[in-house]
Amino acid sequence: MARKATVNRRKCAYCGACVAVCPVDANELVETYLEIYDDRCNGCGICVRTCPMGALVLVEVN
Amino acid sequence: MYDVVVVGAGPAGSMAAKTAAENGLKVLLVEKRQEIGTPVRCAEGISRENVERFFEVDKKWIAAEVTGAKIYAPDKTEVVMSEEMAGNEVGYVLERKIFDRFIAREAAKAGAEVYVKTACTDFERRNGFVRVKLRRMGEEWDVEARILIGADGVESKIGRKAGIIKTLKMNDIESCVQYLMTGLDIDQSYTYFYLGREVAPGGYAWIFPKGNSSANVGIGVLPKMAEKTAREYLDAFIEREGIEGKVVEVVAGAVPVYGEIETAVSDNIMLVGDAAFHADPITGGGIANALAGGYYAGKVAAEAVKKGDFSAGFLRKYDELWKDDFGKKLKRNKKLQLKFLEMDDATINKLAASISGKNLSEMSIRAIVTELIKAHPRLLWDLKSIFI
Ligand SMILES: Cc1cc2nc3c(=O)[nH]c(=O)nc-3n(C[C@H](O)[C@H](O)[C@H](O)COP(=O)(O)OP(=O)(O)OC[C@H]3O[C@@H](n4cnc5c(N)ncnc54)[C@H](O)[C@@H]3O)c2cc1C
Ligand code: SF4
Ligand code: SF4
Repeated sequence: MARKATVNRRKCAYCGACVAVCPVDANELVETYLEIYDDRCNGCGICVRTCPMGALVLVEVN
Repeated sequence: MYDVVVVGAGPAGSMAAKTAAENGLKVLLVEKRQEIGTPVRCAEGISRENVERFFEVDKKWIAAEVTGAKIYAPDKTEVVMSEEMAGNEVGYVLERKIFDRFIAREAAKAGAEVYVKTACTDFERRNGFVRVKLRRMGEEWDVEARILIGADGVESKIGRKAGIIKTLKMNDIESCVQYLMTGLDIDQSYTYFYLGREVAPGGYAWIFPKGNSSANVGIGVLPKMAEKTAREYLDAFIEREGIEGKVVEVVAGAVPVYGEIETAVSDNIMLVGDAAFHADPITGGGIANALAGGYYAGKVAAEAVKKGDFSAGFLRKYDELWKDDFGKKLKRNKKLQLKFLEMDDATINKLAASISGKNLSEMSIRAIVTELIKAHPRLLWDLKSIFI
C-alpha cells in the first residue's frame, strides 16, 4: 500500500502553495483546478502540511 | 519569433512586458487565468514610495491610505511606527484586482500582445532560442522567443525546469489565508501586525484596512512550525481578538521567504517576482520587488536584443541590477527572520516592551534595531554585524 496526496476540490482555493513545495513536480494548477499526478506523487505529505485551506490529505492506495 | 515571451501577468510579468515593449521589443505576455488579477493572493499593502516610483497613483486602484503601523507582541504590548519607517507594508492598501489589470493594460498599450486563459506548459532551448509550448482552451501550439521571462509566481515551474531555483522547503514558505471582512470597527489609518508563536507560528497575523469599515484580516504561518492549517490559525485569531464582521471574500496563497537566490538567470531565461523568490522574508511583501525586478528584466532584455546576446553571462546584468536594488535587503531580512524564528513569545514581549511608547517616528529601522541590540545584547548580539 502506498500513500498519495488527494485534493478536496471543494476546499481548494487554487493558490499554488502545494505546487511550490512538491519536491517531485507531482501537482499542477491547471486552468481552474489543482491536478495531482498519482504516478509521480511519493506520498511525502509536504503539500498537505503547506496547504492553507486543509484541502489535501494523504490516502492509502493499492 | 518574439523577442520576449513573458509567462504570468502578475505585477512582475506585466511590468517586464511593459518595459520590454516600451523599449521596442516584440513581446507576448501570457496568463493562464481567465481574468488578470483574480483570484487575489495578497494583503495588498505597499509603501507609497515603491508604487510612486513606477506609476502615477490612480484612486481607482487605491483602497485605503495608511499613515502608520501598530505591532502587537503576544502579551498585547503595542509598538507604533510611522509610515516612513514601517517598511513596505504601509502607505497604500491597493485594490489588486484593478491594479494588476492596470499594469497588464499598460503593457498592452506599450505594444505587448496579451493572451489570457493561456498557460505555458513547457519550454525547450534550441539553437540559441526558446520554444515555448502554450495551451489555450484545449488548443496547443508553440512559439519561439529569444528570451523567456518566468513571472509565474510562487508556483513557478519555469525556474525549476531551467535549473535556476529549487523547490521551496517547508521552512522557506509562508502558508497564508485571509478574509476580506466588512463591518469592522477599526481605525482605518493604520495597518496592524500581531506576533507570537501561538497566534502565528513562524509568521504573523495582519489587519490591513480597505476603506468603508472593511479590511483584509489574514495570517501567514511557516508549515515547518505550524501544527494546524493557516485557516484554523486565522479563525482562532479572529476569535481571540473578538473581531466582529462579515467575511465577504476568502484569499489563500503562499509567499516564498527564501532570501536572496544566487542568480535569477540562465541562458535565454530570466525569473522575476515570486518566481525568483523576491518576496521579503520578514514582511512577506513582494509587490514592490516584483515591480522593480520586472522593470530591470525588461530593460536587460532590450539590451540583450540590441547586442544579440542571450547568454546567461550577458543576462547576469539583470542579477546585478536587482541585487543592487533589493537583493541585499532580502539577504539581511532572511538573517533577521531566522533570528525571529528562534524567539519564544516571552522574548518578543521583552523586546516590544523595551521600545513600546518611545517616539519611533524619528528613528530609522536601523536605529530601532541598534537600540534593541543595546538593550538585549545577549539576545541579539549576532545581528550587530548587519545593523550597526
Ligand atoms: C496572503 C498573501 C498576502 C500578501 N500580502 C502582501 C502585501 O500586503 N504586500 C505585498 O507587497 N505583497 C504581499 N504578498 C505577496 C505578493 O502577493 C506577491 O509577492 C506578488 O503577487 C508577486 O507578484 P508576481 O507577479 O511575482 O506573481 P503573481 O502575482 O503570483 O503572478 C503570477 C502569475 O503567473 C500566472 N502563471 C503561473 N504559472 C503560469 C503558467 N504556466 N502559464 C501562464 N501563467 C502562469 C499566475 O496565474 C499568476 O497570475 C502577499 C501574498 C499572499 C499569498
Ligand atoms: S505528497 Fe509529496 S510528492 Fe505527493 S503531491 Fe504532495 S508534495 Fe508532491
Ligand atoms: S495548497 Fe491547498 S488550497 Fe492551495 S492549490 Fe494546493 S490544495 Fe488548493
